[in-house]
Amino acid sequence: MAVDAEQAAAAPGMPQLDPTSFPNQIFWLVVSLVVIYFILSRVALPRIASVLAERQGTLTNDLAAAEDLKRKALEAEVAYNKALADARAEAQKIAEETRASIQADLNVAIARADADIAAKAAESEARIGEIQAGAVKSIEDVARDIVGDIVGAVAPGQTVDAKAIAAAVSARVKG
Amino acid sequence: MATESTNTDSKTGSGRIVFFVLIAIAAVLFILGLVDDYTMDGPNIHPMDQFLIEPLFGTGPIHWYTPTNVTLWMGLAIAGIATLMVMGTKGRAVIPSRSQSMAELAYGFVRKMVEDVAGKDALPYFPYIFTVFLFILFSNFLGLIPTSFTPTSHIAVTAVLAMGVFIGVTVLGFVKNGVSFLSLFWVSSAPLALRPILAVIELISYFVRPVSHSIRLAGNVMAGHAVLKVFAGFAGTLGVAGIVPIFGVVAIFGLEVLVSAIQAYVFTILTCVYLKDALHPHH
Repeated sequence: MAVDAEQAAAAPGMPQLDPTSFPNQIFWLVVSLVVIYFILSRVALPRIASVLAERQGTLTNDLAAAEDLKRKALEAEVAYNKALADARAEAQKIAEETRASIQADLNVAIARADADIAAKAAESEARIGEIQAGAVKSIEDVARDIVGDIVGAVAPGQTVDAKAIAAAVSARVKG
Repeated sequence: MATESTNTDSKTGSGRIVFFVLIAIAAVLFILGLVDDYTMDGPNIHPMDQFLIEPLFGTGPIHWYTPTNVTLWMGLAIAGIATLMVMGTKGRAVIPSRSQSMAELAYGFVRKMVEDVAGKDALPYFPYIFTVFLFILFSNFLGLIPTSFTPTSHIAVTAVLAMGVFIGVTVLGFVKNGVSFLSLFWVSSAPLALRPILAVIELISYFVRPVSHSIRLAGNVMAGHAVLKVFAGFAGTLGVAGIVPIFGVVAIFGLEVLVSAIQAYVFTILTCVYLKDALHPHH
């Protein structure tokens, strides 16, 4: 306290203007500046600079990698789309071919069936003709018999010419 | 939406913390004011006592080598700088921790300042400029701790800093540019008749630089600290009404926090401007 008072008396007002303390302050300031300068320039600044450079490098690399991946993704998308379009075209083609081959098979089958049907129809028609002819002949036979019988019944004892009856019947049946 | 709300939350949270810290500091100052003014010196206010330089050990005369409170607080500034810049960056992480982030921020801030103001060829002098910046910043902030000592409030300290810059820049100017460094004072863009007059003005302003450079820093810091002490003294003498100066102390303390950072910034950017003149003296 005594020293304080002394100093206060020696430098009334501002201790800043007391020149007896200047050498002390200047000495310790220079020491401090040198110490800080060496701490910074030897340790801190190179370290921070290397960290920042490393970060910059990492960022650049990561960005480049991202760019690369993006490009690859785009390429993959293009390839995918192309493959999809190719597959679609292929499927279209296969479907078309299949349809065409089925159509051809179908046409063949239809033609064969048509031919079968035509053959069967012709055969049936022939048989119908035969049956018809058979029926007409039977009718003529029956008619001839019946005509002979009727003539016998109407004019007994009279012989009837069979040929004449047949001609008359067939003329009637046809007519 | 979520990140926004947490951001604002943390902002108001930290604002509240700062406010309470300021209140606490004001309370400490208040109590110290009471103790100082009543028990030790009577009800007088001694705003300049905080700038006294005292030996750390004993009560001898102060020689140039005596460890004093200057030594202590400069040493604490060194410790703070080493903690932030060396311990803080220990991880060397690509994704930095908080302390490493602060160290990188300070580094990037001053480095960009040097590069933008003084140009790329000033970067070799960046370590010294950064040294000065960190020394002033840490001294100023440590000086805001109540009952602490602030080396940067002393004109002897800031004068050495400013003269170091002045002499260094002048020598550098002549070494880099030779005699053509003197073209700094010859304003070739002005009319020929005006140039001699301008040269005198430029010359005077050049030699006034270290004066303004040093007094600006010491004056700001000293004035703020003295005003804080005066208000704290009022708080001690006014009794219950002392609550009013306590709010004054809080307000001025907030201002002093700003001044501490801004004066470190101003000293550094002026150093960069002077360095630019030395490296590129032609207008």
